[in-house]
Amino acid sequence: MSTSDPIWFTPPPRPSRPPAPPEQPEATQVDIRIDGQPARVPGTMTILEACRSRGIDTPTLCYLENLTPVNVCRVCVVELAGARTLAPACSRKVEAGMDIQTNSDRVKLARKMVLEFLGSSVDLSTAPQAQSYIKRYEARPERYGSDVETVDQPVKIDNDLYVRDYSKCILCYKCVEACGTDAQNTFAIAVAARGFDARISTENDVPLPESACVYCGNCIGVCPTGALMFKSEYEMRQAGTWDETRQTKTDTICPYCGVGCTLTLHTQDNRIVKVTSPLDVDVTHGHLCIKGRFGFEFVQNREENSGSDG
Amino acid sequence: MVFGAGGGTNSYQEIEETDVILLWGSNARETHPIFFHHLLKGVRNGARLYAIDPRRTSSVQWADVWAGLDVGTDIALANGVAREIIAAGLENKEFIHNATTGFDEYRRSVEPYTLDYVERETGVPAHVIRDMAHMYARAHRAMICWTLGITEHHNAVDNVLALINLALLTGHVGKYGSGLNPLRGQNNVQGGGDMGALPDRLTGFQHVENAAFREKFEKHWSAKIPAQKGWHLSQMFEAMERGELRALYVIGENPLQSEADQNHARHRLESLDFLVAQDMFLTKTAELADVVLPASAGWCETEGTVTNSERRVQRVRKALDAPPGARDDIAILFDVARRMGHDFGQPVAENIWSEVRALSPAHAGMSYARLEASKGLQWPCYDENHPGELYLHSRLWERPVRGPRVSFMPVEHDPPVEKLSAEFPLRLTTGRRLDEYNTGVQTSAYPSPLRRGETLDLSPEDAERLGVTDGELVRVLSRRGSVTVPVRRDHSLRPGLTFMTLHFPDDVATNLLTIDATDPKSGTAEFKAAAVRVEKV
Amino acid sequence: MDIRVHGPKAIAAERAAVDSVLGAPVPLTGHAARSRRDLLLPALHAVQSRFGWLTPGALNYISERLTVPPAELFGVATFYHLFSLTPQPPHVIYVCDDIACRIQGAEVRCAKFEAEFGPADNPVAKNGVTWRRSPCLGQCERAPATLVIEAGEAPLSYSLLQEEGLIPQFGQPRLRLLRRIGRVDPESVEAYRSDGGYRALERAIQLGPQEVIREVIASNLVGRGGAAFPTGRKWDAVAKAVARPHYVVCNADESEPGTFKDRILMEGDPFAVIEGMTIAAYATASERGYIYIRGEYPLATRRVDAAIRAARVAGLLGNDILGSGFSFDIEVRRGAGAYICGEETALFNSIEGKRGEPRNKPPFPVQAGLFGKPTVINNVETLVNVPLIILDGGQAFAGVGTSGSTGPKLFCLSGHIVRPGLYEVPFGCTLREVIEMAGGVPNGKQIQAILLGGAAGTFIGPEKLDVPLTFEGTRAIGATLGSGVVMIFDETVDMTDILTRVAAFFRDESCGQCVPCRVGTVRQEELLARLKSGKTIGTKADELALLKEIGQAMRDASICGLGQTASNAIESALANLKLPIL
Repeated sequence: MSTSDPIWFTPPPRPSRPPAPPEQPEATQVDIRIDGQPARVPGTMTILEACRSRGIDTPTLCYLENLTPVNVCRVCVVELAGARTLAPACSRKVEAGMDIQTNSDRVKLARKMVLEFLGSSVDLSTAPQAQSYIKRYEARPERYGSDVETVDQPVKIDNDLYVRDYSKCILCYKCVEACGTDAQNTFAIAVAARGFDARISTENDVPLPESACVYCGNCIGVCPTGALMFKSEYEMRQAGTWDETRQTKTDTICPYCGVGCTLTLHTQDNRIVKVTSPLDVDVTHGHLCIKGRFGFEFVQNREENSGSDG
Repeated sequence: MVFGAGGGTNSYQEIEETDVILLWGSNARETHPIFFHHLLKGVRNGARLYAIDPRRTSSVQWADVWAGLDVGTDIALANGVAREIIAAGLENKEFIHNATTGFDEYRRSVEPYTLDYVERETGVPAHVIRDMAHMYARAHRAMICWTLGITEHHNAVDNVLALINLALLTGHVGKYGSGLNPLRGQNNVQGGGDMGALPDRLTGFQHVENAAFREKFEKHWSAKIPAQKGWHLSQMFEAMERGELRALYVIGENPLQSEADQNHARHRLESLDFLVAQDMFLTKTAELADVVLPASAGWCETEGTVTNSERRVQRVRKALDAPPGARDDIAILFDVARRMGHDFGQPVAENIWSEVRALSPAHAGMSYARLEASKGLQWPCYDENHPGELYLHSRLWERPVRGPRVSFMPVEHDPPVEKLSAEFPLRLTTGRRLDEYNTGVQTSAYPSPLRRGETLDLSPEDAERLGVTDGELVRVLSRRGSVTVPVRRDHSLRPGLTFMTLHFPDDVATNLLTIDATDPKSGTAEFKAAAVRVEKV
Repeated sequence: MDIRVHGPKAIAAERAAVDSVLGAPVPLTGHAARSRRDLLLPALHAVQSRFGWLTPGALNYISERLTVPPAELFGVATFYHLFSLTPQPPHVIYVCDDIACRIQGAEVRCAKFEAEFGPADNPVAKNGVTWRRSPCLGQCERAPATLVIEAGEAPLSYSLLQEEGLIPQFGQPRLRLLRRIGRVDPESVEAYRSDGGYRALERAIQLGPQEVIREVIASNLVGRGGAAFPTGRKWDAVAKAVARPHYVVCNADESEPGTFKDRILMEGDPFAVIEGMTIAAYATASERGYIYIRGEYPLATRRVDAAIRAARVAGLLGNDILGSGFSFDIEVRRGAGAYICGEETALFNSIEGKRGEPRNKPPFPVQAGLFGKPTVINNVETLVNVPLIILDGGQAFAGVGTSGSTGPKLFCLSGHIVRPGLYEVPFGCTLREVIEMAGGVPNGKQIQAILLGGAAGTFIGPEKLDVPLTFEGTRAIGATLGSGVVMIFDETVDMTDILTRVAAFFRDESCGQCVPCRVGTVRQEELLARLKSGKTIGTKADELALLKEIGQAMRDASICGLGQTASNAIESALANLKLPIL
């Protein structure tokens, strides 16, 4: 580097065209039918994407755009003409000639039963999405009676940032995926045991501080039922002060390192009560680290603080 | 800077599809965790990861190959890699011929860096160097990423040049998935530089000593601009020492605690005639100030933009009202200007941005409306129809090359200023932890379950030799000062290497130990290499 | 990767147990370090057999050596019922109380062990011995069955009754699949060869891969594991698959209650299984194969292990087999107590060192199977048919049986039958003929019900005895052949108790991955209990309607065959039998 170098003074010319990723072969279009209507969609699409592109609202619980579909909740199943069983819309790719029914009697029954199974075994009180599906599919979890096995268990509070209430866990695997290969690659939690006893667990159920957890909170970010929650949210809910109608969400950029993660600040009464990140931002894909997700306190209690960073 | 603008040449998405990654002097797993998500996608997609770091950090533990070099031997290693590539005939002859200049001089300069010599000098086994050279050179796509392990040295710019030379040698720049990427340590280091917060640059990397640029800015601002470049931070401190710099206006920095050799820094700041501190906190620096201007938190109490390590300009937005008395930085600056007799108009972020667009061709296409509608735009973005550039320097692959060719910049190995001695036999290097940040002002307010206070991290071998165990207090002494700190044995450290952070300056002022030897070109201090001794207390 | 291991470090004995499988520690990094996870299950077995449980120090050592994060390791270890995460006595007696053993005095056996060793699962049992109940152990012909697993420096597993090698049809001249059982030394490759063994492989190499596949297609051989998919089409798809490498997997995780045919084949004629696999590998250009054997089959494992070693020595496995330039080798993997691992994609995950959870299909194994690569997966009995096809020709094989069901077929007869055991008949025999072949129902009792196809199969009443035991014949009466189970229940059996046991089996064996099966199997079991106790919610008819809905949801919406068939037996019993709870 030297200041006498000519390019130091003159920006280089622009390339003849903007740089772009290597070209991918264009996806072939396939003809399918959805609920009797013909549709032409790219062959790389899943049934769910095809349905959504046609404005058909397909319920999902274990699916999230930023995670690999695990197709375990089965609430998104659809009927394919000629198939013995129903197919999960979230992971199944469309194929030419597919004849998809999203609202047949079999589909409605399967969705209703899945929701009844969950509703009769899991506390869905902080899962508004699941509750709305229960209404939509007229599921009646109460018809199994009160003497049924559930996943009811004590709340786990073993650190200052997270609360884990597995009475609310529908075992959607999202937290495991976010902690694992889909984002954080820390693998502090996994599914342990099997059958109805299957559960999300650290090794030997040790408390989080004794596990590999690095408190990125990405498990909380993807949890669809409130089983995993910011401790601050949990405490506000316990105190009856959590009020989403009085909250606003503002997108900004994390104040820490130079990666530039978008933070969605959820504020109530001029205080940050929760931090998330949008799924459709290429920088984060919805995932954050401990500082971005939890490191906002310094702006809240400024009178008590002093000193700054260089 | 060899290329005319300072910024990561690739985008994050490209590391997901590259074939070879050299992660050089960076513990991105902890310091840039979300970038590391992208990197790990690349690894999961089959990329081979080389980690060049004195410590076996959590990033290194993901690597296929760890080049555990001695602190401050990066240039020796890079030149050794280059020599091996040339010796094996793996340099990209077409690219060198068409897109570069100065190759012969460069080849001669790296000739002495034989595998034997480099192994001796760096501590990295010859077969590792050879493997790294061959895999990097042969890769279809390859990226080099670095952080402060490269730049917090007395020869920081030379370190970077050594890496740039490798990319030029192999043609791993200017292509999708190939390039050079400094990971920025703070959320707007990139943007600050882009905007001209550098002693020699106007907005958009336009050099202040270029009369044509100056004239453009002077016309727009209706004001005269000094024709000589200014001082960088270390030069400013030296000027204080000489009594040439008598007044200092500090905005959002805490140099008293963040500068190397803290005793020295305090002395210099105290000797000033006039010190202004503008900050959201009453920092230790502010405590020394004659005037303190309380500022709001830029990232959540004001409107504006920041720029990240992939050159993406993104909007920050006001989510909270600032506490009473705290004001937006630009409002304060506009008021100061007004008192000085200049009317900058209304302190509205968008107005300032419009000025940036008018003056910086690289930002011209980024209207606020576009920034709002998109999730940010990458510079250069020349006009409102330009999508922004995914990666830089694709012009180097056009034939003939558009514009000037790029010059190799031969650099020589120059070990850390402070040599190890019988009196100070241990190398102290510094860095960050995942849950903490710099001097801890921002992070100390949240209850991190990972927080464990400052420690002197020692290799198990050194701990045994010194007869100390975990938690035991020791005194760490350098030629400049001493601190008392508990010991923590750390398997990621090799014998002779110790590690501390700068996160807890009120408990343990690590910067009492660090050396303020600085890079004359960039002004960065050699935080990464002090010589220390450990004593039981 | 940056795994974090807490807790105890391994002691020398723990390291030695793990090293016995993984070899001496070598520093591995990056992709190389993460690529050995398929050794996880063997490593866990090594620790379990050495110490009787998975000690924390040994688990930590495995975590570090295979770079498997501790939480994932815990998730895998707790998936399998033969592994214990808590200390237990070194000797564990597994007493089968599943349906076939239930009607042959399993409860008496359990009571005896309880009297001798205290309550089941007692962690501080007397004399270092404890006992526990087990699902079907695959020894239904000698019910009630018992398996002993002894941990220690010289671990040992064995069945309490060692009448191995006995087949009722021993000595009959027309046997094909069973002809060597009890007659040819299963531990001698020479004996196998002098009895005509490996002539089929020689012939296959003369024919060439494409011709071998043509013969198998011509034979109309379909899979004998239960799903009845055409074998030749599978092989053809893998042979043509572009992705490499290809794998051959033998599914020997025979766990369907009432099934024991594969055990007897492996114990009595292990080289035939290996020869079948080798031919499959030759036809599909696979260089590596795995045989995944049920953890409860110690003798079969030993025999197959020994046979593989002997075949290697004889140049029949390894490089350049029979001088043909073709190379192939086989690794044995032991299951660890999980019925679900008999599902082919769950089996792949298990081999890969993951939880044995089934994958969604498609993609099918021929496209993305083991390690995500094109894979032929065949059942043991299927593979033992292969040498016959190669030697006789596909046409000749197809001439046996019916047009829809070709070749010989094995049936596992158990329950109330005079001579329980494994029977070989050409496809086309009726159920009545098979039962008569086995001596009929003892003590002059009447048949109340017959279970075809195992717990995932169908109960039928005695009025259906003339059904031909073919795929099409059973399908015509709404039943299934499944894995060839024929279990007879005489008039004295409390069928409600049997159904409750079937429901408990599926509840225990559900992997828990998908909601319909995880919760549905529990709700099904609870509902049966309510019917049994009479404490119904609403009327009996309401309960039966709900049971139907539960069944339909499991059948329609479950990921894999386990959930899809978990209500079959119960619904068929309610439909076909006269049950007192109705």
